[in-house]
Amino acid sequence: MALSRKVGLLAGAKYKGGGPMLAWALHRISGLGIILFVTLHVIASFLTQQMGSDLGISINIFYESIYFQLFIVFCAIFHGVNGFRIIVLDIWPRLIRYQKESTWLEWFVILPLYLLTAFIMIRRFLAG
Amino acid sequence: MRSRAMPKPSWNLEYLMWIFTRISGLSLILLAVLGISLGLLMGARTQMDMGTLMRWAFFPNSNHVLDSEIPDIFLWANGFWQIMQILVVVFAATHGFNGLRVVLEDYTSPGFWQAALRFLIFLLWVFSGLVAIYVILGS
Repeated sequence: MALSRKVGLLAGAKYKGGGPMLAWALHRISGLGIILFVTLHVIASFLTQQMGSDLGISINIFYESIYFQLFIVFCAIFHGVNGFRIIVLDIWPRLIRYQKESTWLEWFVILPLYLLTAFIMIRRFLAG
Repeated sequence: MRSRAMPKPSWNLEYLMWIFTRISGLSLILLAVLGISLGLLMGARTQMDMGTLMRWAFFPNSNHVLDSEIPDIFLWANGFWQIMQILVVVFAATHGFNGLRVVLEDYTSPGFWQAALRFLIFLLWVFSGLVAIYVILGS
């Protein structure tokens, strides 16, 4: 590999990548978040159904908590919408010129979808 | 400015997985939309809450809708949904494990440990796919 990629966290955060860089970072984080959730869910289901273990129930309580659920819903919605944006830009490469605008546009889709979902989830959580 | 000649793509793993990531991503969005729409048509609108329908959309397994008020599980557990589940699992597991490989290769340098981790991800991909199809056909 020709490029040296030894960039510290602070130097990376100072880099002015703007919207597209934020989308790239969040795409990576949300992808890893979905992998974490699916892995936990598979392990917990295996432990409770096949082993009858209490550990599975503990993992279940962790990922069914409202905080983790709000995180994972954001991951799923963001990864889906941003992935769709990437696919559209790859199919029509001329649109790359409007990459920055496309990241603004995607937030107009993600925020209403996520905030509405989060509102329903939090209202349900508060109602008990 | 003279424009560059378009490089001729060679069919290596990176290129194939680049294409596969796009195709599987679109397919997963389509499968989720199908899961939600068909679920609503099968009576989810009045018989289950949003969370249960979203669990169904994520993975259309009948265990995900057992604690709702649907009168008959037959509509939700049949060969059609088993095929849909296998499609979701194969696309999602390959998309996800390949994504994990890409992230891994960004933060490690080529060498023994990178090769070992890549092999571990490959083993996990094969194992999880086999287990998932076994669970789907058994439920």
